[in-house]
Amino acid sequence: MIYHQILVVGGGLAGMRAAIEAWETAGKGGQRTDVAILSRVHPVRSHSGAAQGGVNASFANAEGAKDDNPEKHAFDTVKGGDYLGDQDAIEVMALEAVPCVSELEHWGAPFSRTPEGKIAQRPFGGAGYPRTCYSADKTGHIMLHTLFEQTTKRQIKTYSEWMAVTLVRAGGRCVGVIAMDLLTGRLEAFRADAVIFATGGIGRLYQKTSNAIINTGYGMALAYWAGVPLEDMEFVQFHPTTLVGTNLLISEAARGEGGYLYNALGERFMKNYAPELMELAPRDITARAEQTEIDEGRGFDNIYIQLDLRHLGRAKIEERLPGIRELSISYVGVDPVEKPIPIQPGQHYTMGGIDCNVAGETALPGFFAAGECACVSVHGANRLGGNSLLETIVFGKLAGRGAMEYILGKQGGPTEEKEMEAALSQAEAKVAKLIKGNGTEDLPTIRKEMESTMTDNVGVFREKAQIQKAVDKVRELKDRYKRGRVKYAGRTFNQELVRGLELEGMLDVAECVSLGAVVREESRGSHFRIDFRKRDDEKWLKHTLAYCTPEGPRLDYRPVAITKYPPVERKY
Amino acid sequence: MAPDTAIFKIQRFDPEVDKLSYFQSYTVRLRRGMTVLEGLFDILDQEDGSLAFRASCRGAVCGSDAMYINGALRLACNTAIAPLLPQDITISPLPYMRVIKDLVVDQDPFWAAYERIKPYLINPQTAPERERYQSAKDRKHIDEMLDCILCAACYASCPMTWSDEVWLGPAAILKAYRFNGDTRDKGQRERLKVLDNENGIWRCHTVFNCAEACPKNINVTWSIEALKRQAIINRLKFWRR
Repeated sequence: MIYHQILVVGGGLAGMRAAIEAWETAGKGGQRTDVAILSRVHPVRSHSGAAQGGVNASFANAEGAKDDNPEKHAFDTVKGGDYLGDQDAIEVMALEAVPCVSELEHWGAPFSRTPEGKIAQRPFGGAGYPRTCYSADKTGHIMLHTLFEQTTKRQIKTYSEWMAVTLVRAGGRCVGVIAMDLLTGRLEAFRADAVIFATGGIGRLYQKTSNAIINTGYGMALAYWAGVPLEDMEFVQFHPTTLVGTNLLISEAARGEGGYLYNALGERFMKNYAPELMELAPRDITARAEQTEIDEGRGFDNIYIQLDLRHLGRAKIEERLPGIRELSISYVGVDPVEKPIPIQPGQHYTMGGIDCNVAGETALPGFFAAGECACVSVHGANRLGGNSLLETIVFGKLAGRGAMEYILGKQGGPTEEKEMEAALSQAEAKVAKLIKGNGTEDLPTIRKEMESTMTDNVGVFREKAQIQKAVDKVRELKDRYKRGRVKYAGRTFNQELVRGLELEGMLDVAECVSLGAVVREESRGSHFRIDFRKRDDEKWLKHTLAYCTPEGPRLDYRPVAITKYPPVERKY
Repeated sequence: MAPDTAIFKIQRFDPEVDKLSYFQSYTVRLRRGMTVLEGLFDILDQEDGSLAFRASCRGAVCGSDAMYINGALRLACNTAIAPLLPQDITISPLPYMRVIKDLVVDQDPFWAAYERIKPYLINPQTAPERERYQSAKDRKHIDEMLDCILCAACYASCPMTWSDEVWLGPAAILKAYRFNGDTRDKGQRERLKVLDNENGIWRCHTVFNCAEACPKNINVTWSIEALKRQAIINRLKFWRR
């Protein structure tokens, strides 16, 4: 059995930032904290690295942004989230933005620069000022590498290519995780005084997603199974500009730098949806506008819209948007210097997640969450571009600190080795059943059916009968999963087994998403019901909480924290 | 008419059963714009669950899936199948690295080299409350090196890797230049101690394999040469004192 004081599950931005914070904070007797990271892929392979456009912080560095401040950042975030975000948490994020981004710069993060040498900032959707700090269109990549450099410098123990399969609770608190070494297939018990999850989003529930192969929401499922509620899971972001075919991300920076969206009639159709902000309307509004154009026959080939950058000129595209130029050339054979890029909405981000507070604390003592897998909630019903990278470094840091405070205040109790061993045997039995059972259902088929069900029925536009169809289908798939089998029995790097295990969690999370969506009879942010087109603050200004029961999710609700910004109609 | 299938010939090795590696053929049904990585996933899901390969972002930014495809080091995710046809798609793992299983290689020596060059900003001065200033021109100087995704294609392409186990390799040296060339960094001397020896920069014979292999089109060799110049200037300064 392995032991660490703090075990961070997930080696992306939030996870590494949490580990660094725990390491920096002295433990009992002034000693370094024994903190380790456990990650399903090597940390630099994490999906944080695919973020492009930037990270929001009100430095007020840009021309015309001299009046920007954390309060304005907070307000834009509240409004962007259609008033579902907890305003006390949003204020914390906006206040911590400049210090946290500065800290990253001090660690060497190579941001692009203004002519005076300050961090460069660009306009982004739903923001009143150019507030998004960037490094060309590779901001996630440079931030991820910077944090990996810092964990390397501190020699923080990292278990690369290990996948957590159980979150273990005993005596009413979290005592560790069971994880599988992917290179050997061995299961191992990791006892820890505190566990932090930073396991990312749920993109792979959908057929059309910008997300990496690894974004299966499995971490959320582990928390859910351990009795921690998932919050606001029906709020799923669809990014307006994903590449046709692969749905790889084409950054909002493309529009921030001045790109236009055109329908097949050659109209800049955003004038009909957000006349003031045009292409820089928040993502939910822009994605719905595009889907409407496509659905009403004004798309190209009935599936896509064009993103035109040609008027920006070669020099600007090469300097500010080299990454998306490379993506566009290699995946659709279109050089944006010469031709418009074919794009469509695609699943991109999970506003919901493991219910936690600003310190990452969850309902389970000793268990913390941060980053996309968590729901603090700062994004409310729709996340603004540039706020996800910010969330990872602010709340990663605060979760690291929260876990430290927890272990420092903790009385030396029993070590729960017995419970850990029982959980280890259970996990071994689960793997054995998948591999050696006599099931007949083909798991990849179940997975494909889930992906298309979610994309077709719980997408940009939603309607009762359709979502109900998804709920029913997911339940049918859950039932079939029980008769599923992994055919390859080897232990070394068994991807079929990994995908088979993950599928169980994906189906449960899909059930939370679709059930939350069918019950919420209003339209708010990313959740748009064509049968309930208005926001309904009287009935629905509240967070959804999904609890795991043997019969499926039990839904409960909690009021939204409102501080300075009473809900008003959202117009752009 | 474009063909509707392609033959994938994949080098297989399962340490639990095989003594030697061998090639296995699969027929992959093609879709428009299909990549080699998508083909590998189709094989995994539909035909052979035992196939092992690494993948994550599928957008050429995470560096998981560098492999040897039809005679060149490439990322499976941004290699389209169509231009390779009518040839078979022949795939082996990164050469000269220990194979763990199929296309998955042991990258520990690669990461060990990375750690040795002190791959982090060194600057003992107290940082200001907000950002340090850096001119746009100085920032631009390291632009190309920042694109590195640590996929190890260059490492596997280098003839020195094949013969010298303690050779740092192109990627680690590129990373060293990313810092030694950054005006905010004060660790040049420290890093040169690791670099300025026969297993460091001087082991490079400038055959440019790394530059050719790089899927991000980074001229890795240029950085190695720049560090050789830095090392010489550093030694001249030392003698003058």
